[in-house]
Amino acid sequence: MKTSRVIPAALLALVLAAPAFASEGPTDAKGPVLLPPDVQALPVEQAILTAPPHVPPPIKRKHAARVVVNLEVREVVMRIADGAEYTFWTYGGSVPGSFIRIREGDVVEFTLNNHPSSKLPHNIDLHAVTGPGGGAASTFTAPGHGSKFTFKALNPGLYVYHCATAPVPMHIGNGMYGLILVEPKDGLPSVDKEFYVMQGEFYTQGGFGASGLQTFDMAKSIDEHPTYVLFNGSVGALVGDKALDTKVGDHVRVYFGVGGPNLTSSFHVIGEIFDKVWTEGGMKYAQEHVQTTMVPSGGSAILEFKMDVPGTYVLVDHSLSRAFNKGALGMLKASGPEDRVIYSGKEIDAVYFGAAAEEGSASARREAELKAKIAAEIKSNPAIASLTKEVQLERGKQVYMASCFACHLPDGKGMANVFPPLAGSDYLKADRDRAIRIVLKGLTGPVTVNGVNYNSAMPPQPLTDEQVADVLTYVTNSWGNEGPATTVDDVRRVKNETH
Amino acid sequence: MTATVRRVRPPVCGSALCNVIRYTCAGVALLVLTGVALGGSEIENPNSKIENAAMRMVPSGTYVPLQRSTKDPEQVPVAAFRLDTAPVTNADFLAFVTANPKWRRSAVSRLFADTSYLEHWTGDLEPGLRAPLDAPVVRVSWFAARAYARWSGKRLPSTAEWELAAAAGYTTAFGKNEPDFNRDLYAWLARPVPEVLPSVATAKPTLHGVRGLHGLVWEWVDDFNTAMVTGESRADTGLERDLFCGAGAAGAKETSDYAAFMRSALRASLKANNTTTSLGFRCAASLR
Repeated sequence: MKTSRVIPAALLALVLAAPAFASEGPTDAKGPVLLPPDVQALPVEQAILTAPPHVPPPIKRKHAARVVVNLEVREVVMRIADGAEYTFWTYGGSVPGSFIRIREGDVVEFTLNNHPSSKLPHNIDLHAVTGPGGGAASTFTAPGHGSKFTFKALNPGLYVYHCATAPVPMHIGNGMYGLILVEPKDGLPSVDKEFYVMQGEFYTQGGFGASGLQTFDMAKSIDEHPTYVLFNGSVGALVGDKALDTKVGDHVRVYFGVGGPNLTSSFHVIGEIFDKVWTEGGMKYAQEHVQTTMVPSGGSAILEFKMDVPGTYVLVDHSLSRAFNKGALGMLKASGPEDRVIYSGKEIDAVYFGAAAEEGSASARREAELKAKIAAEIKSNPAIASLTKEVQLERGKQVYMASCFACHLPDGKGMANVFPPLAGSDYLKADRDRAIRIVLKGLTGPVTVNGVNYNSAMPPQPLTDEQVADVLTYVTNSWGNEGPATTVDDVRRVKNETH
Repeated sequence: MTATVRRVRPPVCGSALCNVIRYTCAGVALLVLTGVALGGSEIENPNSKIENAAMRMVPSGTYVPLQRSTKDPEQVPVAAFRLDTAPVTNADFLAFVTANPKWRRSAVSRLFADTSYLEHWTGDLEPGLRAPLDAPVVRVSWFAARAYARWSGKRLPSTAEWELAAAAGYTTAFGKNEPDFNRDLYAWLARPVPEVLPSVATAKPTLHGVRGLHGLVWEWVDDFNTAMVTGESRADTGLERDLFCGAGAAGAKETSDYAAFMRSALRASLKANNTTTSLGFRCAASLR
């Protein structure tokens, strides 16, 4: 096993035929595609890639081309919110990744380079690609390597691209997504301004705005509970100086995509109506005059609207907790002259009282006074008062027959030498508050009733204040007893005694 | 030298055919055809560390492959074995290339190590400032790692062995249930590769007294190229599965161990002559 032999030429050729950037030595690469002569004859052009929110210029040519796209994957620490950083995995160093613009029928020679400083392998699934994995299987690339594959853009549309290396939710959740626009053969209508906006969620161990380098939180990701929901990869990416800039009169087109990994966006621009929506990134505008358009994870939409009046228009995901608490908020500014017929601005600011207006409060006071008067009137009317007592007697009888009769007997005479009588009881009559106290708290020990000594125990009664008042009214007005009614107020007063 | 394709099977995507070809090309055919013998051609290491204190025993256990075909066993029994307590350092590797000139950067065959092999070293025998002596060696190929292991009288751990050892937390056999272990693991995964790697001593030892399986560098395993094999034989190419995107979870029993998916994806992305800035290795040995 010590002799070295000559490498067979065929094998050497196989090894050396690999593209220059590919891994030297053995590889599973199939080697360069042999393009037919008509494709080889097409002009070759380098794709212009742009970082968000910019979009490459429209394609002017009326023929197919061989388009060379070189995209680099880098794992970089960038700001996610003020004072907070995150390790984003990026296509081209930005989130979302570089915008790619090609034309239907183009043959794209796509190279994905994974920077040597990367920790992980990555790949790319372009939804614009027809073929297994959308290119994912052909671009699976170790750190410090590059992969190339060729595809023909068969379908026009606005397509999401993203990383498809396991665990995919983490690769996408770290910012690995972008848009590729395949223009139809006849191009798209021209507009004044085009923008690139993409929504995605981030799952961090710290809460929203927590400072320092934030770590991906697997549990939040699996539960789909994002810390951040963002446009273009950071809180405030499209705010203030970085707001999208337009002028009154501009026809604006927004290429909007959702990277996810999980959430569907309810995309809305506050104060604007989308004149045309090319739903789902398809190539005919499907609807006009739309307030909010739904864009699924891994999907897109093209939105067109005209700037009629100046001001700041806020982009939101109309699932508003995301906009208010998780960062899904951007701005589009329009500068130019006002048109107060279309939108006047505030015309009047006056005091308004609503239900607390002068008349209102006066009448409410009057109403309260009248109600008090009615209550007093009822209270002082003997007929109604005695009726009230009648009612109490009836209810009190029910309580008595449920709770008291077993010892004091239905006729209130008690049991000789064991339980004292209530009928004609001097003890009962002598102190009404004491009677209330006994019902509430029970009584144990010797008592003398009508000259006879008793020594037993009555437990506290589990009755409501109303039941106590009713049952006492009943016993003090039955079997020959007579007395005033016991009211709920009496019972409460006794209850609140401090001893 | 055996030419059998092992079927200890994890993971994730790619095709059986590719992997077989890859394995065959990388591990076997070239060697057979070129007659380059990797076995036993290294100079014997006088300080062969097989029984030294820098190894610890990892008790036997079972490894649950991340992904498996229906024909694969649900669990792979793993016999107790010995494992280096730390990854191989630049100092260790310097000793190896000093004793074995053919593994020096300027001399190594491109078949066995690509152009970034030891690229951060100052010279053939000078690790230099970007490769501190006590830091893990990186930018080494699978071939180089195996040659080193043989030279030191050891071998590379299998995927099953490595994963079994790496499953241990700081205090229990299952780190994934230890909050601080998980926190450290995912914090490391979230950090980009540093320009200069830290000393192996900075890693906290786990239950088995082994340090740095997580938190320093990725590590080669002997059968790295079985990752993402579909489990179908070559005749069943019609059943080939490309397990990307959501399909990456197809056939996976435990889909919530993202770190395991990351390791598996890395292994699957590599060729045997590849080297990367964050990939090193450590050695194992069977019990005698």
